[in-house]
Amino acid sequence: MQIPYEVQARPDTGLYNAKLGIWLFLASEVMLFGGLFSAYIFLRMGAEPGFWPLGLLNVPIGTFNTIVLIFSSVTVVLAWASLKMRKFADYKKWMGITIVCGALFLIVKLTLEYPAKFSHFGAYIEKDKWSKYEDYLGNKHLAEIKRPPRVEISGHLHGVEVRGDRAVIEDFAKANGLVVKEVSHHGEGHAEDEKKGPLYEVLHEKKGISPAKAEKLSKIKGVELVAFDVQLDAHNADPTNKNYDRANFIPPGLSEKRAIIKAEDVHSWSAFVPKHSTYFATYFMITGLHGLHVLGGVLVFAYFWGPGAALYRKNPEHLANRVEVAGLFWHFVDLVWIFVFPLFYLL
Amino acid sequence: MAETAHAHADHHDDHQNDHHELGFWQKYIFSTDHKVIGIQYGLTGLAFLMFGFVLMMVMRWQIANPGEAVPIFGGLLQAIFGEAAFQKDAMERMGMLTADGYNSFGAMHGTIMVFFGIVPAAFAAFGNYVVPLQIGAPDMTFPRINMASYWCFFISCVIMMISFFVPGGAAKSGWTSYPPLSGIADSGDLFHPFWNGQTLWLTGMVFNITASLLGSVNFIATIIQLRAPGMTWMRLPFFVWSQFITAFLLLLAFPPLEAAGIMQLMDRAFGTSFFMPTGLVVQGQLTEWAGGGSPILWQHLFWFLAHPEVYVLILPAIGMVAEIVACNTRKPLYGYKAMVGAIFVLAFLSFIVWAHHMYMTGMGAKVAAFFQTTTIIISIPSVILLTALMISLWGGSIRFNTPMLFATAFLPMFGIGGLTGLPLAFSAIDLYLHDTYYVIAHFHYVVAPGTIFAIFAGVYHWYPKITGRMMNEMLGRLHFWTSLILINGVFAPMFLQGMAGVHRRWYDGGASYPQISNAEVLGRNSLEWNEVSSISAFLLGIVQIFFIVNLVWSWRYGRKADRNPWHCTTLEWDTPTPPPHGNFDKEIRVYRGPYEYSVPGADKDYTPQSEPPPSAEPKAEPEPALVK
Repeated sequence: MQIPYEVQARPDTGLYNAKLGIWLFLASEVMLFGGLFSAYIFLRMGAEPGFWPLGLLNVPIGTFNTIVLIFSSVTVVLAWASLKMRKFADYKKWMGITIVCGALFLIVKLTLEYPAKFSHFGAYIEKDKWSKYEDYLGNKHLAEIKRPPRVEISGHLHGVEVRGDRAVIEDFAKANGLVVKEVSHHGEGHAEDEKKGPLYEVLHEKKGISPAKAEKLSKIKGVELVAFDVQLDAHNADPTNKNYDRANFIPPGLSEKRAIIKAEDVHSWSAFVPKHSTYFATYFMITGLHGLHVLGGVLVFAYFWGPGAALYRKNPEHLANRVEVAGLFWHFVDLVWIFVFPLFYLL
Repeated sequence: MAETAHAHADHHDDHQNDHHELGFWQKYIFSTDHKVIGIQYGLTGLAFLMFGFVLMMVMRWQIANPGEAVPIFGGLLQAIFGEAAFQKDAMERMGMLTADGYNSFGAMHGTIMVFFGIVPAAFAAFGNYVVPLQIGAPDMTFPRINMASYWCFFISCVIMMISFFVPGGAAKSGWTSYPPLSGIADSGDLFHPFWNGQTLWLTGMVFNITASLLGSVNFIATIIQLRAPGMTWMRLPFFVWSQFITAFLLLLAFPPLEAAGIMQLMDRAFGTSFFMPTGLVVQGQLTEWAGGGSPILWQHLFWFLAHPEVYVLILPAIGMVAEIVACNTRKPLYGYKAMVGAIFVLAFLSFIVWAHHMYMTGMGAKVAAFFQTTTIIISIPSVILLTALMISLWGGSIRFNTPMLFATAFLPMFGIGGLTGLPLAFSAIDLYLHDTYYVIAHFHYVVAPGTIFAIFAGVYHWYPKITGRMMNEMLGRLHFWTSLILINGVFAPMFLQGMAGVHRRWYDGGASYPQISNAEVLGRNSLEWNEVSSISAFLLGIVQIFFIVNLVWSWRYGRKADRNPWHCTTLEWDTPTPPPHGNFDKEIRVYRGPYEYSVPGADKDYTPQSEPPPSAEPKAEPEPALVK
């Protein structure tokens, strides 16, 4: 039994089966990403002023990736056209370039963009404690120029100050390659604090402590997290600097300044991972799902470039069709990125 | 299932067209044949319908007899489902449904009936089996994707079943899984981060949705690409149209729920706050979520799927009923073109009515006014469909065989379900009736004596084609009349209870709400109607034995059926019975519309679509597209 129109188009619809199939699949993909983008809009519009961070992503890197992806959309069409003209060597060349572009996109994402976020620390300050951290937030200045308030102090987590059983804390530090130092109490009301027991700072002299490890430590029974020792991001170190009034194309990066933030003043804290905020949740969700689509496309292309290319000798038209269908998918993935880029990097 | 599929294929073997022999596994289990996949979907769907019904019977026992152990099966139920769902009652008898167990059974009843029972049985099973035959295709366009669809669905079934046996039991946040309840349910120190009811529910749903998407792409592509020569759009049987539109609904409405499902999985597994509001306090403790999310977002994404889903449940049913009505009235379907137009309008409108499920969220009068308007408008195409089917009966010499009995009963039952929905469309009335038994009665009239009756009608109608044997008429009639009376016994009292204010989620059936239990309905205490419903439900469960016995017994011992036992016109009756791999034993060409019954001057009272016109030359109709 042979299914009709697997390679040749049906005259009245002008389509071969797979081409119709991919368009239908893409229609459902539009609804999938449509649902996600709607969630983005819904959550962003519902966010309180200041709670949707701006300027956290590196625009030049995003632009580079955008160009790479658009370029690969062109080369995949050239690969298909080469097959249609029965120029197999050209097909191999253009398809090869497409695969390299797709891989380059993923490499940039996975080496330059994602990893830094997993180690970067951010703490949302409780609303009634904003004035206490005015030196790092600069909200008076922002109110004057009618900008939304800064609600978060971020930077590199140098160490955490904890209270509790010294042996337990030292065990944890040892297991994780960290050191423990006794520190003195500081800030208001420290006479009361001292009664509760000595304070230890857990850190790594060079690398600091990763927020994930700090979280683990804080969840150990009998250990109480008292404060964070943070090497501040530039906009927190100098919050009234006009350069930081609006989002920059390149995030300003770390300063040399350090600050102690009391855990009791913090609403929630973590690395810049999905649970940090709805912003990072949607960012990782949408770019992650998009990344999986890119990966899928690259794998399919790699198959058509390698073992799948053998079909050329048997039925070149069939291979051309396959490349066309995969190419349509690739254009869609490209199109999604065209939405992702402004929504997350620019707006 | 392997055994029944095997029985089916015994007939299949001796057919000459089956040239390449496949092994057992490829032929009956990992088959790419649309008919085998249809049967797989059908048997799985029917099994889940039964299972969902059993869950409901246990709940109905608890509602009618709060705090009492389930008789006879109590010990067995407790042994199977464990301490979380069943415990000893005050008299130390095993098998009293706990409150958690009640929530869990309620959530799973809804989920299973909708996503694992009716959609597989009405859409996937009949669609797979009948649609390629009716359009004259050798198979689906993408047979391997079709197989992937079933096995993806099968994985989702396994995941859902496993979820009953993890600590804490299956999901208990309703089939709608509203956050933040569903975000905090089954979480904490006592639960495994993945092997818990709600997380497994979400995982199962993601697989289920993926299966539906694979299936719907295939259905649409098949109907567009593989129509036989001469099968123009307006010659498609109405069932094909209804499946075509249903597939579009699934294709476009399901992805947002898939997105929402993945988001809720992230909320549970990675601590994101998509649906978790700021400052959520649970049992006096501030939760750890960062917040900033919106529970209403979930409701929007969920109902954006779940309203079109209502039409996914009903359209295939209307399609089946239309086929059966036309065949058994021996006259053409009245208003075929209007019906096709109506389902297009219905499908489009179904995407802009979803928020009428959300009047209680305080959406504001302006938004509510918009959704009230669209909801009222959507009743117009529904009424067109029902009216056309009713008028189709007029003046026919009706053959009341079992499929026709079920199909005829579908019409008033669906009518009751539909018309009682109109008051709910208005937000002012909905505020009162929301979450009462009135709502339960309304949508169950649509899907239970509506869609499930249509499924029964479809089974009785196409059974001879599938197995080569007729089902027993006597058992069929017994099944029909008892089911019809009892199903009304189950649901009709719920309208009364709902209007008296009985809430749909009371674990004790309302016993601890004196203001309700003192209210009188038709001379009875409103809660005494619980017993009427419950007893009807148990009896309804018992009379399904007629159907099961008939289904199994006829497979082997039923009267043999020839190619076209009902004398129908559509193409599926033009194949050998049962159809071999590749379906047709002759070149198929279509010359006429789908319902040429009782054509004046014809030699018999039906003219098959493939029958050439009397003149040797084909008519100058739009020339068939197929070039072989």
